[in-house]
Amino acid sequence: MSTRGHFTRRAVLKSGAGIAALSAIGAPAIVYGQSDVIRIGHLTPRTGFLGPLGEYAVMGVTLAVEEVNAAGGVLGRKLELLAEDSVNPSTAATKAERMIEREKVAAILGEISSASGLSISQVAGRNRTLFIQTGCNSDELRGKSCNKYMFHIEGANTMYVKAVGQALLLENMVKGKKWFGLTADYAFGHDLLRVTKKFAQENGGSFVGDELVPTDATDFSPFILKIRQARPDLVVSNLAGNQITNFIKQYSEYNLPFPIAGGGFDTAAAWGAPDSFAGIWPCIWHHTVASPSAQKFTDAFTKRWGKPPENQAWGDYLSVKVLAQAMAETKSTDSTALVKHLESGAKFDVMKGREGYFRNWDHQLIAEMYSIRPKAKNQQKDKWDILALGPAVPAGGQDLEIIAPTREENACTFPA
Amino acid sequence: MELVFIVEQVLNGLVVSAYYLLIALGLSLIFSLGGVVNLAHGAFYALGAYFAIEVEKRLGFLGAFALSPVLVALLGVALERTMLKRFYRSDPILSLLLTFGLAMVIEQVIRIVWGAAPLPFQIPAFLKGQLFLGDFIYSYYRLAMLGVAATAVVLTWLLFNKTSFGRVVRAGVQNPDMVAVLGISLAPVMTIVVAIGIGLAGLAGVLLAPIAGVHPAMGTEIITAAFVVVVIGGLGSFWGVVLAAMLVGVVRGLAVYYMPPAAEASMYLLMLLVLLLRPRGLLGERIQKFE
Repeated sequence: MSTRGHFTRRAVLKSGAGIAALSAIGAPAIVYGQSDVIRIGHLTPRTGFLGPLGEYAVMGVTLAVEEVNAAGGVLGRKLELLAEDSVNPSTAATKAERMIEREKVAAILGEISSASGLSISQVAGRNRTLFIQTGCNSDELRGKSCNKYMFHIEGANTMYVKAVGQALLLENMVKGKKWFGLTADYAFGHDLLRVTKKFAQENGGSFVGDELVPTDATDFSPFILKIRQARPDLVVSNLAGNQITNFIKQYSEYNLPFPIAGGGFDTAAAWGAPDSFAGIWPCIWHHTVASPSAQKFTDAFTKRWGKPPENQAWGDYLSVKVLAQAMAETKSTDSTALVKHLESGAKFDVMKGREGYFRNWDHQLIAEMYSIRPKAKNQQKDKWDILALGPAVPAGGQDLEIIAPTREENACTFPA
Repeated sequence: MELVFIVEQVLNGLVVSAYYLLIALGLSLIFSLGGVVNLAHGAFYALGAYFAIEVEKRLGFLGAFALSPVLVALLGVALERTMLKRFYRSDPILSLLLTFGLAMVIEQVIRIVWGAAPLPFQIPAFLKGQLFLGDFIYSYYRLAMLGVAATAVVLTWLLFNKTSFGRVVRAGVQNPDMVAVLGISLAPVMTIVVAIGIGLAGLAGVLLAPIAGVHPAMGTEIITAAFVVVVIGGLGSFWGVVLAAMLVGVVRGLAVYYMPPAAEASMYLLMLLVLLLRPRGLLGERIQKFE
């Protein structure tokens, strides 16, 4: 499963420096200077209920590294990718530790699980190594658990909820309406539930029920019976990964009249159940986003992997491009310099309508979001084209930050 | 009103039991006769779903339903003949390692061939819809699944209890040496038992494909639950496994009603309780060769 280059690295080490001496010194800066590749660590779940997304993440990051290297690398040096399965929070931390200390990676990219993302960020922070996370939605990672060395390409739960919330408000599904929540029983789900409840409350909606669903549950029928009993106006999914696919399949099996919406979403979940997919969901990126760079990425990805990119592939692809651009602009691979640059408000082409930037006080990538819903059958071009992308949120003239959590909502103080 | 909902959850739990049962039954059969704990059983279940997707493209749902379990059983037989049979008489830890390895290999092969993303698979048009009985709601598909599972259980029971083949199997479970002395070779019998056991797992895969997501880890998700059912029911006991599957389904249904986060944990608590009170399982028999 791992793409590692132990032997190539050793082969390219300058002859003057003995391997033993190198490992004894243990000073990253010196090692970088003597090696002519820049190593990047990539950790993401490739097995388990988030595994399907992890596969897209690996395809995205691999393609980006290939493109950067084909264009001559960064600062005249090639990128070398070390990609591994993060498995769970404790394994993720162990692997991050090893990548930083033994493999001397310049930065760690990836992760999807908010729980594993937190443990990687702690290792990265302790070792003063940049970590750009691409799939962890929990607000808490940008707030209470924020970290000077962690940056967030993935949108925060609040951004997802406000993006889909705009569409729900337009459809009059919030004010005075009763919601029923189904929530993935781990860090991400709990965080999302909190944000969803806050949104409902602020806009005059209420919850008639909410259930925590174990991440390894495959049968949703007992929960569907409870929804039937509660007769809500809207069913709100705070589920994750394969759970979403299983739920929408089984929900359509029972043909209940209550509409559904979601607070978190990945395209792969809908691709796994094209005929059952229903409702309004938030979306951070989709391969039909009408921007030249998005289409260029979609074409390159489809050519390389034989299918269009999923939104998770976008995040991991973008993380490499952001890292490479930051290294080129600072002429450095040093994490402290990179952090300073990313905090400076530097703009990045995030393959959407408008450019994005990282907020300096919580390191969230500020960019457009979308809502998404099923596409009419007769408008679908192929089996990947089953979703209709809504307009960008925030709309054209609005400040990009209005959907992001505020300082009051999600305070972050980086330890000095 | 409250009682109606509880009854509804209990009845729904019974339907859920059907698929636990199909997987656990095969697991129990293979263990009873061969002494092999088949950790790859979940992987065969996953293969059942993936084969169904391929067959369905050409022959439709009924074709997949009929053919996919057979294909999985044939693969099972091939693996039994080439690998598993060497370990019937050896330390159980060896077959445990073998089947553990097989499970990982099969899961990775699925990942390589079909990818990690969940694949779509629909309930066939003729089984869509719901049955309303008073306040209760049932999906036709799940009722059909219950019927198929019940039929499979009855047929399996008849095979093992009403045929001469079944008598050999049961004798082999209790005392393989005596069977050998009587001039009956257990090797082909074992192959057939493995084919049936693994075929049942494949069948469960086909039946579950339209409901649960079809993805590489689906086998890993189900295997633990299947083991719990076998342990609760008692090794070597046919009706023990049936009873345990029903019990697990019902307990899970009740747990979802009263305390949803504990739904998955409920079966383990049940197992703990059973092991404390009846270490052999509910209807477990005393099997001489395992003593």
